[in-house]
Amino acid sequence: MTALKSAPETAFDADTSPKHPDHLQLRRVLSPTFFLRPTFFLGLAVVVMFAVYVLLGSYTVTIPDFFTIVINHLTGGEKIPGASFIVMEHKLPRAVVGTMIGVAFGLAGALFQTMLRNPLASPDIIGISYGASAAAVTAIVIFGASGAVVSGAALGGALGVAAIIYAISRGGSGAGGGSRGNAAGNRLILAGVGIAAALHAVVNFLMTRADIRTAADALIWLNGSLNSATWDRAGVLAVSLLVLVPAVIALAGPLRILELGDDAAAGLGIKVNAARLGLVLTAVALAAVATAAAGPVAFVAFLAGPISRRIVRKPSLPASALTGALIVLLADFFASNIAPVILDGTVLPVGVITGALGAPFLLWLLVTSNRKEA
Amino acid sequence: MKLSTTTTVQGRGSGTLVPAGPGGISPDASAPGRGSGSRGTAGKRTAWLLAAVVVLAVVSAASLAIGARGLPLNTVWDALTNFNPEDGNHAVVIARIPRTVLGLLAGVALGLAGAAMQGVARNPLADPGILGLNAGAALAVVVGIYVFGIGSLTGYIWFAFIGAAAAAVVVYAIASRGRDGATPVKLALAGAALSAGLFSLMNVILVSSQDTLDRFRFWQVGSIGGRDWSVLLPALPFLAVGAVIVLGGGRVLNSLALGDDIARGLGQNVGLARGIMALGIVLLCGSATALAGPIGFLGLVIPHAVRLLTGPDYRWILPFSLVSAPILLITADIIGRVILLPGEVPAGIMTAIVGAPVFVWLIRRGKGAGL
Repeated sequence: MTALKSAPETAFDADTSPKHPDHLQLRRVLSPTFFLRPTFFLGLAVVVMFAVYVLLGSYTVTIPDFFTIVINHLTGGEKIPGASFIVMEHKLPRAVVGTMIGVAFGLAGALFQTMLRNPLASPDIIGISYGASAAAVTAIVIFGASGAVVSGAALGGALGVAAIIYAISRGGSGAGGGSRGNAAGNRLILAGVGIAAALHAVVNFLMTRADIRTAADALIWLNGSLNSATWDRAGVLAVSLLVLVPAVIALAGPLRILELGDDAAAGLGIKVNAARLGLVLTAVALAAVATAAAGPVAFVAFLAGPISRRIVRKPSLPASALTGALIVLLADFFASNIAPVILDGTVLPVGVITGALGAPFLLWLLVTSNRKEA
Repeated sequence: MKLSTTTTVQGRGSGTLVPAGPGGISPDASAPGRGSGSRGTAGKRTAWLLAAVVVLAVVSAASLAIGARGLPLNTVWDALTNFNPEDGNHAVVIARIPRTVLGLLAGVALGLAGAAMQGVARNPLADPGILGLNAGAALAVVVGIYVFGIGSLTGYIWFAFIGAAAAAVVVYAIASRGRDGATPVKLALAGAALSAGLFSLMNVILVSSQDTLDRFRFWQVGSIGGRDWSVLLPALPFLAVGAVIVLGGGRVLNSLALGDDIARGLGQNVGLARGIMALGIVLLCGSATALAGPIGFLGLVIPHAVRLLTGPDYRWILPFSLVSAPILLITADIIGRVILLPGEVPAGIMTAIVGAPVFVWLIRRGKGAGL
C-alpha cells in the first residue's frame, strides 16, 4: 500500500500483468469468479444506490410506478400528475448526472494518482479544479453570470490551466529531455501546486470582494452541486464520456506499463511521451467536463482511488470509477433527503457531503488495513 | 518501503530538482556528512545566507516606510531611535511595527514548518496543511464564529491553534497505527483525508449560515494587517519552541529523507524522530495560522525554491527557508498595501500572486540546468 505501483502481489493478481488489461479480457469477465470479485459488488452497489436514490427519499415512488412513468414518458402516454414531473425532471436527471460525474471524477483521480505515482495527486490538488473554480467564480462575481455560462467558464478555466501546467512542466529542455525517472511527473505536480495556490488565492480574494449573497452563491458552486442537473446537461456529459471512457480503456494498457518506469516502458515499445500526453489529456478532459457539469465536487477524485484500492486490494480504474459514482450518489442522497431533516430544511450542495462521508471511510480503511499489515 | 527502494539515483541531475524519486523527495546526495553536495561550497552558501539576511533587513525597513502614507527611511530611523509622540509620521511608523514583526514571525514559522514537513512526509505535495492543520484551524474558527459568536482576531487565535493541534494529533494517531508506524504515505493520506472531512464539515456550516461566511471569508484569505501586540504575544512561546525543535532537526531530516530502512540502519529511531519533527511543525504552523490565518503558499513553495539553491541537505534548507519565507511574505504585504489604494490586498493573497510566477520560473530554470 505504500505506493501506487501495481507489482503483482498474489497469484490471483498475476494475470493482470500489462499483457492482459483486465477490462479487455472477455474470458475473465465471463468466468464464474467474476461474480465474486469486489469490482462486481461495487457495480452492484452503484446500481442499488441508483435505485434507492430514484425511488426513495422525501418523495417515494414504487417500482411499478417508476416503470409506468418512464414508459409513459418515452411513449408519450398518460402522465401521473406530480410523480411524472418529479421523477423525470428532478430525480432521474440528477441521479444520471451524479453517476456520470462520479465516474468521471473517479477515473480522473485514479489516472492522475497512478500516472504521477503520488497518492495525493488529484485534479483537486494539482490545480485543474482551481482553474475551473477561478474562472467560474470570476464569472459569477464579476460578470454576474449563472447557469451554462458558468459551466462554460469552468470548462475553459480547467482546460486553460491544464495547458499552462503542462507547458510549464515540459518546456525548457526540449522534447524527451524530461522523461527520466519520475522527474517529469514531479515537475507536473510542482507546477500544478504552484498554480493551484495562486488561483486559490484569487478565488478567496474574489470571495472577500463580492456581495455576501453572491459570495454565498459562489460558495455553493465551489462546493459542487447537482441542483442544476438537467437532461441537457446529462446529454452533454454522456457524449463526453462516450468519447473519454473508451480512451481510458485504450490507454489502460500503456498506463500499466508506464508504472514500471519510463525507461522500462520505452524498452517495452511504448511511446512514452505520446502515452503520457494521451493520459494527461484524457484525465484533464474527464475532470473538466465533470467540473463544468456540477462544479468541483469536493474530494471525489482524491478519495475514489485510495478507497477503491483498499476495497479491491489493487489499483483498478473500473473500481475507482464505480467508487466515485457511489460516493456522489450516496452523498447527494444524504444531502437532499437526510440533511434537511437535521438542519431545518437546508438542502446542502453535494460537495459538502462527499468529503464528510468519504473521508471518515478512507480513514477507517487506513486504520483497519494498517492493523492487518501489522 | 517501495518508495525508497525503487528510487533511481540520477547523479547531479536530480540535485537541482530534488523530488525525483517515485512519490517522494529523492534522497540522492543527501547523506549526512556530505553537506557540501551538488551546489557550491559551504562558504558560498553561508555568503548567500548572509545576503538573504541583509535582504530581509532591507525588506523589513521598507515595510515600516511604505504604505498608504509613504515615509523616507530617515524618518523611520528617527522614529525608532528618537520617538516623538507629537509627530504623526512617527506614530505611523510605530503602528507598522507589529505588522512587520508579525510578518517576520509568521514567515519564519511557515518556512521552517514547510521544509520540515516535506522532509517528514517525503512528498513534494506535502505542505504544513497536509497534516490537517489548516483544516482543523479553519473548522475551529468557523465553529467559534457560528456557535460562540466570536468576531475578533484575538478571539480566533485560540480556536485556530487548538483546532490545528487537535487535527494534527488525530492525523498522527491514525497514521501511526500498525507496526511500521507513521510512514510518509500513511501520514499524507491520513492528513489529506482528515482535511477533506473537516473542510466538508466547515462548509456545512458556511452554506447554512451566511453570517458566519461573511466573517470567515475575511479570516480565510490570511493577512498580517490589523493585528496588534495582544495577538502576537500569546503565540510567541509556541513559535519559539517549535522553531528550536525544527532547526535542531536538520540532521534527523537528512536521514529520514534516505528512507525509513536506511535511516533505521543509520541508528535513527525513525518513529520518535518523525514524532518530534511533527510536534515542531504543529507548534510552528499552529501559531502562524493563529497569527495570520491560513497562508498556504509559503510553506509549500519556499522549501522547493530554496532546494534549487542549496541542494537536498536539510541543514541548509532549514535556515534558508527561515530567511526566505519572511522576505516573500513581507514583500507581498508591502505590495498588497499600495497596489489597490485606498484598499489593501491581504498578504495571503499577494504571497501567492507574487510567489507563483517566481516559483514557476524556478522550476523551469532548475530543470534546464539539471537535465
